[in-house]
Amino acid sequence: MRWFWIDRFEEFVRGKHATAVKNVSLAEEHMHDHFPGVALMPNSLIVEGMAQAAGLLVAEAIDYNRRVVLAKVAGAEFHFDAVPGDTLKFRAEILDLKPAGSLTRVKTTVGDEVQGEAEIFFAHLEPGDGVPKLFEPEELLRWLDQMHIYDVGRDEAGQPLTRPDW
Amino acid sequence: MPSRDEIFEKVRTALVDALGVDEDEVSPTATMVGDLGAESIDFLDIVFRLEKAFGIKIPRGELFPEDVLSSTEYVADGKLNAAGLAALKARMPFADLAKFEADPSVQNFANTLTVEDMVRYVQSKVGG
Repeated sequence: MRWFWIDRFEEFVRGKHATAVKNVSLAEEHMHDHFPGVALMPNSLIVEGMAQAAGLLVAEAIDYNRRVVLAKVAGAEFHFDAVPGDTLKFRAEILDLKPAGSLTRVKTTVGDEVQGEAEIFFAHLEPGDGVPKLFEPEELLRWLDQMHIYDVGRDEAGQPLTRPDW
Repeated sequence: MPSRDEIFEKVRTALVDALGVDEDEVSPTATMVGDLGAESIDFLDIVFRLEKAFGIKIPRGELFPEDVLSSTEYVADGKLNAAGLAALKARMPFADLAKFEADPSVQNFANTLTVEDMVRYVQSKVGG
């Protein structure tokens, strides 16, 4: 299974907030395996989507120079199930950011309804001994391109984000 | 200037949110690690929450001086030496280190910090 739980960003403002979307589809394997006969997107995978949306927002804000690792999920609440045909929107915002870690809040919506919310806390690990490499640069760049970060992304001054030259 | 009880209430809320513990578990004498189950990543989370709750800035290493506890200058055979204890006391005037001093093994430090120490630390920052 490929571990991508957001499809692309629609809005991305460096160091502040971002909105990503995911189209929930009956073609996904977990729809058939998680609760046989009941096709829904498990909230545990929605948490992973929250972490991917917020994690990329954080990683970009620190120029990808540390490994951004999901450390804690606090106060996660879900109000209804996301089912095939739904478009899930992930609205992520950075609440606080320090060299060693960051606190973010992510809200998911389907249409106008809030589907879920959580605070996601990341640890920022210095590359080095005992810290595994999470991505090869070209692999990460391909993912960022697929996420449309450099199509929609803006910096603090409202200027387009510059694609890293890796 | 907030009272000691007001500070305690906000510290308790921060710890309940960060550690997922019940309010009544957060007593002044509860230890952060042994009783409340805090892990290293939780301390950064707690720093974020205390900063927000009290509008203060907590420089890295001020509340939890991990650099002292991992320094080869201060630690020998897993124990903090006299210079290390002095450094720790200077850095943590808010903490009651009497029990730790009796057996200053680094691994014991985790069970030294209490909720009351957190309250005293915040008091020292807000002047309560």
